[in-house]
Amino acid sequence: MMTLPLENPISFTNIGRIRWWQRGIFASQTGYVLLALLALLVVMHFASPYFFTQGNMQNVAKNFSFIAIATLGVTFVIITGGIDLSVGSLMCFAAMITSMVMSGLSTPGMPGASLFVHLAADGKTVVANVPGLILVVSVVAGLVVSLLVGLVNGFCIAVLGLSPFVTTLGMLSIVRGLGYVVSNGRGSFPGGPDADYFYALTSGDVLGVPAPFIYLVILAAVMAVVLHHTSFGRHVFALGGNEKAAELTGIPVVRVKIEVYVICALAAGLQGIIISGWLGSAPANMATSYELNVIAAAVIGGANLAGGLGGPLGAIVGCVLLEVIRNGLVLAQVNSYWQQTLVGVIIILAVLVDRIRSRMT
Amino acid sequence: MASTGATPILELTGIGKEFGAIRALHGVDMHVHPGEVVGLMGDNGAGKSTLVKIIAGNFRPTHGEVRFDGNAVHFYRPIDARAVGIEVVYQDLALADNLTAAANVFLGRELTRKFGPIALLDHKAMASRALKLFGELRSETRPHDLVKQMSGGQRQAVAIARTRLSNAKLVMMDEPTAAISVRQVEQVLSLIHRLKEQGVAVMLISHRMPDVFAVCDRVVVMRRGEKRADKAIHDTSPEEVTALITGAKEAA
Repeated sequence: MMTLPLENPISFTNIGRIRWWQRGIFASQTGYVLLALLALLVVMHFASPYFFTQGNMQNVAKNFSFIAIATLGVTFVIITGGIDLSVGSLMCFAAMITSMVMSGLSTPGMPGASLFVHLAADGKTVVANVPGLILVVSVVAGLVVSLLVGLVNGFCIAVLGLSPFVTTLGMLSIVRGLGYVVSNGRGSFPGGPDADYFYALTSGDVLGVPAPFIYLVILAAVMAVVLHHTSFGRHVFALGGNEKAAELTGIPVVRVKIEVYVICALAAGLQGIIISGWLGSAPANMATSYELNVIAAAVIGGANLAGGLGGPLGAIVGCVLLEVIRNGLVLAQVNSYWQQTLVGVIIILAVLVDRIRSRMT
Repeated sequence: MASTGATPILELTGIGKEFGAIRALHGVDMHVHPGEVVGLMGDNGAGKSTLVKIIAGNFRPTHGEVRFDGNAVHFYRPIDARAVGIEVVYQDLALADNLTAAANVFLGRELTRKFGPIALLDHKAMASRALKLFGELRSETRPHDLVKQMSGGQRQAVAIARTRLSNAKLVMMDEPTAAISVRQVEQVLSLIHRLKEQGVAVMLISHRMPDVFAVCDRVVVMRRGEKRADKAIHDTSPEEVTALITGAKEAA
């Protein structure tokens, strides 16, 4: 390359430096909501002596983890400027498939079950051939189903060019309907020799930390690296910022779009499987309208529905805030029906504060 | 290093393009030399953008031949054109506002470092390379600033720096001065001078007569899908070019 000799290095006389408090998290909605959350925690501490007890904290951690993993997934989609309304239905369907496969493979006489279980000498007790194998196979089955749903969503949106809202609204209904069809409306229960492992992994805890919370932290860390330190993450943000630019600069737009819907579906499926472990069953109406909580949490945490903004910290902060409010209302003995109204107010407030801030700068 | 009889970087012979029954281009011959700035002018519908899109690989010509750097080339997609060294700076600049200047420069060709099976972005290398490119363009642009917060001139610099990344030999700029302030127009024109100094051929597609006469060595006028004039800038005048664009003068 022919380079021009730099007789004098470029000086920034006209361009001021952006101050540290005007950039990054400090200038984001996530930052404000995090601040609000901390303030709320302090208020809660003084409002109720039970709030900061170990038991209540474990409860809070567990409860928000139940929507936070799905929120991480939907955040990917929202960053690209899309939306996924099918997460609630998919949570239920994936959980249902997992527990049906688990029970099916654990019932001698069912197709394929002989590969996994045999009857003990007493002729009644079912014993696994390889302990844990049924668990792995059934969880994989639930995730494969989620993957397929994600692929269909992604294909319709990225290749056929359908609107994300309409496609995933349709998928919400399709998947919920399929859940009723496969279970005949009754739901399903995890069963068999591996069910204990399943409960331990989904609703157990390690040194007092709930298992779902541990998964959440790991997945959020992975997501942070993927979003900010890989080409894929960069492309996800570029897609939300300016889709046409992304296309013109040679980013594989179709592939990235399909990938985010698949990630979202997998997160929802995993979330559903974890919830069913805690519930001890996968009823056919499980996680109904959870998509609204999930999207609300993402938006409160700073993901922008217009695309281009969002991240794992925001997703978690949004979920924690929702859960702390719910928990706080219960502790304060406020009628729990107020919760939903309050959540709505907070969604609008969070977005409003961000709008005022971006007008001021 | 204006057109001194060296091999042209771009050579078009008898380029024609039909969309069904509509003849968008007919028999266009044209050549651009390294380090030369050619203004491409014409009214709306004159065939400018069709011509640019053929060179950029968006369309394939129905007739004629495109030679680049001495070889006949056939582009099926814009990426093919970029691979040989043709870059386009789009009118809306094709920047993602929510990303930093450096991220935009490297969009779609990020530098990565391998950590075992995982390739992570090399933020440091991209920022320092971007800063160097902005320096070459004499633009006061910080690699870590968001494009959202930048002036029109800085945005242009980011879009142009992107073309320098690949050491493009031909840069086509589509109306770069259409929607920016007077001071920023000055910045953009000086960016074009910087490209010229570095031996890059530039095609400037513009409606703004003063800009074309300020930076171009040659002006090509299109009208009704045909090339009507191809003159050195000092052999013509804004009045003549206007007459050629409107059709008051048929050809020159």
